[in-house]
Amino acid sequence: MVVRPLVWQRIVWVGLAAMTLFTLVVLFFIIGFITSKGAHVITPEFLFGMPERMGKEGGILPTVIATIYISLLAIAIATPIGVGSAVYLTEYTRESAITRVIRFGADALAGVPSIIFGLFGFILFVIRLRMGWSLAAGGLTLAFMILPTIIRTSEEAIRAVPYNLREVSYSLGGAKSQTIARVVLPNALPGILTGVILGMGRSVAETAATIFTAGSSLLIPRSLFDPARTMAVHFYILAREGLSMERAYGTALMLIVSILLINVVAYSLMFRLTKKMR
Amino acid sequence: MREKLIEKGLLLVAFSAVAMIFLIAYFIFREGVPLVAKVGVWDFIASTRWSPGKGQFGILPMIVGSVEVTILAVIIGASLGLSCAMFLAEFAPRWSVRILKPMIELLAGIPSVVYGFIGVVVLVPWIRRAFGGPGFSVLASAVILGIMILPTVIAISLDALHAVPPLYKEGSLALGATRWQTLYRVQLPAARSGIIAAFILGMGRAVGETMAVIMVAGNALTMPTSLLQPVRTLTSNIALEMGYASGDHQAALFATGMVLFVIIAILNTAALIVTRRRT
Repeated sequence: MVVRPLVWQRIVWVGLAAMTLFTLVVLFFIIGFITSKGAHVITPEFLFGMPERMGKEGGILPTVIATIYISLLAIAIATPIGVGSAVYLTEYTRESAITRVIRFGADALAGVPSIIFGLFGFILFVIRLRMGWSLAAGGLTLAFMILPTIIRTSEEAIRAVPYNLREVSYSLGGAKSQTIARVVLPNALPGILTGVILGMGRSVAETAATIFTAGSSLLIPRSLFDPARTMAVHFYILAREGLSMERAYGTALMLIVSILLINVVAYSLMFRLTKKMR
Repeated sequence: MREKLIEKGLLLVAFSAVAMIFLIAYFIFREGVPLVAKVGVWDFIASTRWSPGKGQFGILPMIVGSVEVTILAVIIGASLGLSCAMFLAEFAPRWSVRILKPMIELLAGIPSVVYGFIGVVVLVPWIRRAFGGPGFSVLASAVILGIMILPTVIAISLDALHAVPPLYKEGSLALGATRWQTLYRVQLPAARSGIIAAFILGMGRAVGETMAVIMVAGNALTMPTSLLQPVRTLTSNIALEMGYASGDHQAALFATGMVLFVIIAILNTAALIVTRRRT
């Protein structure tokens, strides 16, 4: 029997729709499952309490603080480097061997698995530079990891700034650096922020690179050179060592909620940007 | 003068990504190479004995494990991901794409430890009940990784499909082909290189993924002979033992990282070559 092309198209439509639906079901299942099991754990005492008995009881305050510190540190280090690279790539050169090498570097860095960043951060920052397991070592390692994201999004954002804005600045006698600082960067800001926020989301979610560089101390870090345990690492330890399923679900929910919030902010910025461009 | 200085400074900054990749390679290889030289390249990558206490460092079971898990994950991720991309590109109504695309991107934001955890509490018990065995297995790892690489595969193949000139599609439709015939015979072949790149980059993510795999793979040090057996990948070997390793043992973990680094470099170069050919 020969299936008529339009009938065949109908069948394919149903098949592809089912696959797409399945993907969405997986997403909703993960979020729904963690929410249903973890929601009742989240109380003020859980969020703002100190952990007791290795996290079996008590709260997760030190891990929340460590997560905030370490991801802010990572973006504080990576943003100037990333935006600087993007400015150079867009404003100071044409496509050439140099830009190809720089882009290759950024792409290669984006492909490096997080466990390799962990090994590298451990040997360079923790051991050779004698930082020990610390916020500083963790923040530096994560900065390396999120740099490609920031370069790429900043580059796109800067390219999207209309050329005539620059011409107006030049015609008023603005130097190149002034034009970039006062005209190009302010106009590209939402796009740059999107990249920075996405990088922050990645830092919050990261486990493999953080556990070997920041350590897993449950004390509240008081200085850059104190060890710290992020929420993601805490969740991994709770789940893997079977310390407390309840607390694991609660921590997982906190992780997912913070990352969803971070991503929603990033995408709404991007959405506003693209709408403005049209 | 000042302008020149700023330009030079920015050039220096721009090279930091390149510098970082070399720095990473240098430090990983500096720790790993001496050990491989000591035990011999062949004994390192082709021996099945890994017992650091006795000075035996053979990573063949982990190489096989990584390859098995990754290939299976790519089969799952690629078929699901390409279907989603085709549906979103050609069949789904516009308004729904605006909602669906960001939602699929959210999948990418979920931390890998959470995927692993879902694997442990949902997938592993299900595999144990349905197929027998311990549940912690090649299959469980591959399914979790297949889902984790979906956002990568979907985003890149969607871009590739969108990059096909609309004239191709219009020409085919004007000849009386259905939208599916057009997609299958015209747009897919035209987007081929981008789609293959999507699969390769997804493969790179799957090989490099660590935390999710540790949680569901079972991490046994044997050659995996069935999909239902536990397995240890290169990445999990590093993460599992890094916490307490020292001396030669630690160097062997860096050497494992070295092998991983080389695999990733090969995959990324392959993706680059595939996409370069188009232009």
